Amino acid sequence: MIKHHPKFELLQSYVNGDLPASLAIGISIHCDMCTDCQHTISQLTEQVAEHSFEEPSVRLDDLSDKNFTSFSDDLSEDDLFDAMISNITFSEDVDEVKESVKREVMFKDKSYQLPTALSRIELSKAANVGKLSRSRLQLNEDEIHSSLLHINPGGGVPAHTHKGFELTVLLDGSFTDSRGEYNKGDFILLDGSFTHNPVSENGCLCYTVANDALHFTQGINKLLNPIGSFIY
Amino acid sequence: MVVEQTKLPTGGSHVKSNNMTENIEHTQLSTWLNQVAEKRCKIAFTHLFKFFAPKIQRIARSKFPNEAQSHEVVQETMSNVWRKAHLFDANKGAATTWVYTVMRNVTFDLLRKVKSNREDNLSDDIWPIAEGAVTEDQVYDDHLESKQLLRVIETLPEAQQQVVKGFYLMEMSQEQLANHLNLPLGTIKSRLRLALAKLKVQLGEKHD
Repeated sequence: MIKHHPKFELLQSYVNGDLPASLAIGISIHCDMCTDCQHTISQLTEQVAEHSFEEPSVRLDDLSDKNFTSFSDDLSEDDLFDAMISNITFSEDVDEVKESVKREVMFKDKSYQLPTALSRIELSKAANVGKLSRSRLQLNEDEIHSSLLHINPGGGVPAHTHKGFELTVLLDGSFTDSRGEYNKGDFILLDGSFTHNPVSENGCLCYTVANDALHFTQGINKLLNPIGSFIY
Repeated sequence: MVVEQTKLPTGGSHVKSNNMTENIEHTQLSTWLNQVAEKRCKIAFTHLFKFFAPKIQRIARSKFPNEAQSHEVVQETMSNVWRKAHLFDANKGAATTWVYTVMRNVTFDLLRKVKSNREDNLSDDIWPIAEGAVTEDQVYDDHLESKQLLRVIETLPEAQQQVVKGFYLMEMSQEQLANHLNLPLGTIKSRLRLALAKLKVQLGEKHD
């Protein structure tokens, strides 16, 4: 039973496509397993689509008559669009849906099937420390690091705080900390003020995202702006 | 004087103004998309292009610093609309919703290329809805297979069809069928055997 979900604002940024890949992947994994959030997402998508494409001043009939008001002042734009249309429709080829192959990973002799969102991301070789194994996902998002973290039965992560934020999505198994038990599908986003010491009695596999630097560099700053307010 | 909305909304507005839905002719858009999918109709595509492209362009301009990139979003999005129109299902949602997800995914992949220097095109893995995949699909799978089975049964000769349908679908016994069709029991048995052999070949081919 999933008890921990992404906040509404986070789902909204996900729908808008404003999140860094690492966080969007976390939400995608959670939603794979959570019909409630799937439902919210389809409603939000419908709403934002409606807002994006509504056109208060021009009606479709006008458009079909080439009465193309919005760009009539810019002839080159019209030409460009006409060129695009003939370019696009030149080939009658159709894109077929690729059957997505479920990717599997091994941790300590146990095989796990990865969610679709992770099916094509390069994984680094696992680093092992005691009962922990961690494999980095090569997303190339500067100080935001994404990993697969595997905890063997009886293992745990020593008490720690986070300088920035830490996201954990449980792919399999369960763990507990002072706030209670977390199960498969749970989406746990912690900020820097929180100290915890997760322990997994029966072992678990998690998708984790953390930024170890508190301040965002200029380049990626824009990407993080929409979520900055509720991560901290 | 109407002010054009150029920004994505940020608040979760639950209140839809009444004339909002009337501003978009959803049925017309769906029809055009279906014409593109079924007939590769260039006229329908041009209508779609003229409706969506300027809006996509405007939205992309707010996300990308330069004009060339926003043109790339228009080109890529509309190209996907042309090539993937068959994946649009009007029963699952509005045309605007579908085109929005296509645009959002293109934008995400391009932003990632610009910011993280990665051309891994992850968007279709992150938002599988763009391919029209919803959870009900699993339920439909079985449904489709029984439909397919019926279609295969209908390719059998009439005499064999009668026996197969009677035996499997109406759950009559072979004796009941013999009485009902006024045929010897042996004939019923051999027809059933022949029919099953044919079905096996047909279904086997499809399941390979």
